[in-house]
Amino acid sequence: MRVPLSWLREYVDLPAGLTGRELAAELIAAGLEVETVDAAGADLTGPLVIGKVLAIEELTEFKKPIRWCQVDVGNPEPQNLICGARNFGVGDVVAVVLPGAVLPGGFAVGARQTYGKLSEGMICSMREMGIGDDHDGILVLPADTPIGADAIELLGLRDDVLDIAVTPDRGYCLSIRGVAREAAIAYGLPFRDPAAVELPADGAESYPAAIADPAACDRFVLREVRGLDPAAKTPLWMQVRLHRAGMRPVSLAVDVTNYLMLELGQPLHAFDRTKLTGPIVVRRAAPGEQLETLDHVKRALDPEDILITDDSGAISMAGTMGGLTTEIDGSSTDMVIEAAHFDEIGIARMVRRHRLHSEASYRFERGVDRELPLQASYRAVRLLAELGGAQVVPGLTHAQAPVPPVTVAIRADHPDRVAGVAYGRETVLKRLSEVGCAVRGEDVLIVTPPSWRPDLTDPNDLAEEVIRLEGYDNIPVRRPRSVAGRGLTPGQRLRRRTGRALAGAGYVEVLNYPFVSERDWDALQLPADDARRGALRLANPLSDDEPLLRTTLLPGLFRAAVRNIGRGSADLALFETGLVYRPRPGAPSRSPRLGVDRRPTAAELATIEAALPDQPYRVAVVLTGDREPAGWWGPSRPAGWADAVEAARTVAREASAEVTVTADQHAPWHPGRCAALHVGDTLLGHAGELHPRVIQAYGLPPRTCAMELELSRLDPGFTVQAGHLSTYPVATRDVALIVDAPVAAASVEAALRAGAGDLLESIRLFDVYTGEQVGEGRKSLAYALRFRAPDRTLTAEETTASRDAAVAEATRRTGAALRA
Amino acid sequence: MSAPNKSYDPVEVSSLQPDELDQARDEALAAIAAAGSLEALKETRLAHTGDRSPLALANREIGALPPAARAEAGKRIGAARGAVAQALKTRQAELEEERDQRVLVEEAVDVTLPWDRAPRGARHPLTTMQERMADVFLSMGFEIAEGPEIEAEWFNFDALNFKPDHPARTMQDTFFVESEDTGVVLRTHTSPVQARALLSRELPVYVVALGKTFRTDELDATHTPVFHQMEGLAVDEGLTMADLKGAIDAFVTGLFGGHLPVRLRPSYFPFTEPSAEVDMQCFVCRGASIELGAEPCRTCGSEGWIEIGGCGMVNPRVLTAAGVDPERYSGWAFGLGVERTLMFRHGVKDMHDMVEGDIRFTLPFGMEI
Ligand SMILES: [Zn+2]
Repeated sequence: MRVPLSWLREYVDLPAGLTGRELAAELIAAGLEVETVDAAGADLTGPLVIGKVLAIEELTEFKKPIRWCQVDVGNPEPQNLICGARNFGVGDVVAVVLPGAVLPGGFAVGARQTYGKLSEGMICSMREMGIGDDHDGILVLPADTPIGADAIELLGLRDDVLDIAVTPDRGYCLSIRGVAREAAIAYGLPFRDPAAVELPADGAESYPAAIADPAACDRFVLREVRGLDPAAKTPLWMQVRLHRAGMRPVSLAVDVTNYLMLELGQPLHAFDRTKLTGPIVVRRAAPGEQLETLDHVKRALDPEDILITDDSGAISMAGTMGGLTTEIDGSSTDMVIEAAHFDEIGIARMVRRHRLHSEASYRFERGVDRELPLQASYRAVRLLAELGGAQVVPGLTHAQAPVPPVTVAIRADHPDRVAGVAYGRETVLKRLSEVGCAVRGEDVLIVTPPSWRPDLTDPNDLAEEVIRLEGYDNIPVRRPRSVAGRGLTPGQRLRRRTGRALAGAGYVEVLNYPFVSERDWDALQLPADDARRGALRLANPLSDDEPLLRTTLLPGLFRAAVRNIGRGSADLALFETGLVYRPRPGAPSRSPRLGVDRRPTAAELATIEAALPDQPYRVAVVLTGDREPAGWWGPSRPAGWADAVEAARTVAREASAEVTVTADQHAPWHPGRCAALHVGDTLLGHAGELHPRVIQAYGLPPRTCAMELELSRLDPGFTVQAGHLSTYPVATRDVALIVDAPVAAASVEAALRAGAGDLLESIRLFDVYTGEQVGEGRKSLAYALRFRAPDRTLTAEETTASRDAAVAEATRRTGAALRA
Repeated sequence: MSAPNKSYDPVEVSSLQPDELDQARDEALAAIAAAGSLEALKETRLAHTGDRSPLALANREIGALPPAARAEAGKRIGAARGAVAQALKTRQAELEEERDQRVLVEEAVDVTLPWDRAPRGARHPLTTMQERMADVFLSMGFEIAEGPEIEAEWFNFDALNFKPDHPARTMQDTFFVESEDTGVVLRTHTSPVQARALLSRELPVYVVALGKTFRTDELDATHTPVFHQMEGLAVDEGLTMADLKGAIDAFVTGLFGGHLPVRLRPSYFPFTEPSAEVDMQCFVCRGASIELGAEPCRTCGSEGWIEIGGCGMVNPRVLTAAGVDPERYSGWAFGLGVERTLMFRHGVKDMHDMVEGDIRFTLPFGMEI
């Protein structure tokens, strides 16, 4: 809502020197979000005066017609001016900017030689003076405008305009009326209500109308004018105000309805009476009904749409947009003016259904003063009479449905208890009265909010009115009371440690959007029945390319890697932690919308949750390029599948869990380089090198590796128990075992561990050898075994026996042979 | 070794002559002084103090002297041996020092060589900023409450007093899951966690919720469809706006240090009533940039204040929907955007930097913020 300061001043006597910025500060403190204050015309300096055209000489020797004019600007000698516009004649009154002036936008005006003449300034268009968009011709003023007068003052070329972002609860501030009321309260000044007009006695009924659906409309008022002069122009002052408020002047009838909507907040609609057939009825749409609206769109109507109709069918979408067939046009003289109060929700739904936003619907959605239609419609016909020569048809049509009055009971000290401030009853009464409430009662106040405040329904709404007007700044600060919290949960701590551990291991965290596409499933080589293909779909995705919600973190990571590589960072170790969304098979398709007047039962809450997907917390990494760069220390070490597996171990260690690694075949990994990661029997995820086709599909570098595991499956609630530290010496034995190439090192190690018994302290694979010495299809695994007893120094015999037992078990389980 | 009290050997005895002893000593001292390396000194030691050296032999024969001469001879030989031993020790130290000097110089390396062998990692500043914010609340005794990102509309809107078809609901530019009437959405704010916390926890409730939120805004310099919010909630007996102001003060001090004034401006949120926008004084210019002629401030746009979030007293309707008696309990909520905070606290100019995952953006932020 753009609010010119000069317009506010019409209804509240604000201090003379008050600037828009000063007023904005007060209104902000009272809860109006003033986003900007435009000092319109602030850069305009005169002289800019009213002049009368004395003579015009047409200069024809130029490419376009040019006029050489003499204009009386109140000086002894007329002003000589060159002008390119042709929409004026001798005797017309115009605005003339003289040498030395600066027009809005910083355009300095001087006397200048042009078209062979010395032009001493120029005759101005509305756009040049910053009061309109019209630049087709110069502004011709009414004949009685005083010659020589200062046009800046006279035409209101300087004004501060407040741009207010009105919050949805303050529909009344979508009007000069509402903002002026707030300004008056802020400065403790009287407010003159622009809606307070003396209405004539009702008289005869005007154009016939009826409300067929009282839930759609509870007040419908029609008034009529006849004989409007179609040539009548909107007066300049109204054009300027409309322009300042951000609306374009159209025609007198349209401008009057817009002007009153801005001033009062009541949307109005004008029908061409001659285009109406039969009585008007406010009703819901019939099945299959259509209407072509003013924007030349044929709209298929919904049975819930609220319509203004006559015998011809729909003629207007209530409070939203009028129909084309009854539109007023350049020859309309007889008009029916509609002012109504429509159901907020009905309008809101209609707006959303048809994606049809208008100034009118914007206001109806936020609540319009139900008491305004009589006054607003009367002011409309009066203005059309005054400005357009129309005759007001006596009487009016007034259909209405009864609306029960709203009262709110609050304790007189309720605002005190909300704010933590002792305002006292008198202050509460004063503030509530200021905003227009009728208040009675002593300890408990029975408050009737004003008709323009449908948002005031609860005690806290009223408390806010008191508190904001008393000033939020005047609420004291109370130090927080101390609370005994339990800190982070084990799971929350695990998530923090996971991020720290991976960052410590050289991974950089990225946070990707969770939006993916079906193409990702193919790019990932997921089998047709892979559960990850069962992703939820957004009804309104930002991009039709990515309508799905991720079931895996990997596509986002791959894209982030490609982006980084494209920007020159080729050696990457990226990680992401976050939720993936896995729909539950057989889940209900809808989550019920329960009431809010009480706590839902456990069963009701369960029905809400049932429709939500599982949302496990995952961690994933992607590795490209070198894990260690080449340097003066030697060659680089490319990132490999083992780094990806190690990333999983890094994460699991944070949960004090040991990962069991087994070979697996799982998309999107390379079938020969994919590890399944388990803790106990629980599958955590997978790691390894990506399938070459996946790498190609995402444009990743060859040998890109990745890991993804479900952190939710790690038990964060562990307690480490300190071990016994033997101070007896360690005994070491190395063994080299030859096994068939497909035998997993992990199974050999497991066998060694099992066979070695309790004396084994640690085991470490320190070499893997394949080649001639061990034979085709075989490999040698060299292990360092460390033995130690808790209570004695081991003898060589004991150590050797343990080693032999270990080897024997390895032989039994894996066919391992001790290497000679 | 020959035992004492044997017959006197005139040859041996003659070697004890004082001038011969002096000569042996002097030869030893000269050789020690001449030893140019630790190896040479080792040979010199052997030659002049070893078993076959004149001084050792002399010493050995003291016992063969007549008892009357033993003391004096012993004294002289001892002095000579002492002088030689001292000279050896000194020279040994000198040569070791020389060797150390040489070796340490030879072993010198170029310590300016780079060592960027181990890859560097970092956590995303949006993550660490959320942890930092959470820590401020945790230090006040709050706990972190959680909720799902794909959320029921009932939690996201209804329970928070967003009435059906109210403009406040449509203002949130909601992503709907599957269709507009499944009742399932991507949560548009962290506020549904309010309702979840009130439904699942014992009163009083002091929690902070943080995490991803979603609205259908196209990505540009200042908007992103996926963003993060932080929201504190306190529900207890007797809480007022004065408590709310106290908590915000504590939060701002915890996150920005110093003692920056905070101001509330009346505003509107369906789930709080009264509601307010929260501004804090600019931590860079401390409000000085609004003065005429002052240095302009980029952080606050010379407004002197920075809008950090929204807050209010929990709407009693929210309490009712969560089964909390609004006659007995009241509460406050305070929320803010994590991206916005990161932008003004760390001078991030463009939202793209936070969402694209460019490691050059993230690396400097390290492990904590
Ligand atoms: Zn600043």
